Amino acid sequence: MDVATLFDDVKRMNKRQFLYQVLSFGMIVSSALMIWKGLMVVTGSESPIVVVLSGSMEPAFHRGDLLFLTNYPEEPVRVGEIVVFKVDGRDIPIVHRVLKLHEKKNGTVKFLTKGDNNSVDDRGLYAPGQLWLTKSDVVGRARGFLPYVGMVTILMNEYPKFKYAVLACLGLYVLVHRE
Amino acid sequence: MHSVIQRGNSILAYALSVLACLTFICFASTVFLNYVTDVKINTVKVVVKNVPDYSISREKNDLGFLTFDMQADLTPLFNWNVKQLFLYLTAEYETPSNELNQVVLWDKIILRGENAALDFKNMNTKYYFWDDGNGLKGNKNITLSLSWNIIPNSGLLPNIFARGSHSFKFPVEYTTSRM
Repeated sequence: MDVATLFDDVKRMNKRQFLYQVLSFGMIVSSALMIWKGLMVVTGSESPIVVVLSGSMEPAFHRGDLLFLTNYPEEPVRVGEIVVFKVDGRDIPIVHRVLKLHEKKNGTVKFLTKGDNNSVDDRGLYAPGQLWLTKSDVVGRARGFLPYVGMVTILMNEYPKFKYAVLACLGLYVLVHRE
Repeated sequence: MHSVIQRGNSILAYALSVLACLTFICFASTVFLNYVTDVKINTVKVVVKNVPDYSISREKNDLGFLTFDMQADLTPLFNWNVKQLFLYLTAEYETPSNELNQVVLWDKIILRGENAALDFKNMNTKYYFWDDGNGLKGNKNITLSLSWNIIPNSGLLPNIFARGSHSFKFPVEYTTSRM
């Protein structure tokens, strides 16, 4: 299939058919969005799937591995769990393990984290003056693991041109291809 | 007529779906397994000091020191979907200011294929046993327990408590001498 025949298809379409293609493209985009938002509701986490971006949890998690998170408020944070948290002034959430935890009678909890592959705890990574994490910093708790799959998004983020090329190809294919 | 792109596409799609199917079988074959075994923990030497924790503030906090014995055979926990065990020894206790304190004192990564029959005598802790205040001196009930976080090739990431824990008490006097 070369480019000329691709556009022949478009030429042979009438207005209604072209509109149908655009609509089906919209369906794909919106169902992807619905799945993502639906996962957010089911898991209680603002980002239910994250890609591991650093080697600080090696050898458990490598760059490009995929983690599935939940963040149910009734499930308490406990030591040894892998939490994904955000720190003020850093865009990228961090995936590390809870090392110490202190919970008061009224339920307020503060905890300290550390990466398995790091030799010191995370106080140096937190915002200046921040000594502990609290529940509000947590994006989710790691519950499931799938290796390598996130490599695609790492590639896309590191090579934006590759991302646009892939998106353009997919979009063109859906718009132009006739069922 | 099948072009090179079509052939490549179908080979890739087939390979990916076989891989996804195998991954799911790998996950499903181990998801209901029981990963609990016995462990023997004992403390050898226990002292408590009252020294400033400069990583938090200049105020003096209780700092516990202990050495421990531990025997466990974790070889049966490994199967084809266990990439790594993350062992951690937790001290759990209650203080007047905090209802629940959990401090990880020691941890260890065991990869599949490494020796998983543990027999430690008079081990030092890996992390400092700082309390969040002065709740260690004379504390009558500190529970040491071993847990593990199973890192699979793909699947869930359960945290499991071993059967068998050890409770001990801290001395009622601070130790002032160097150790």
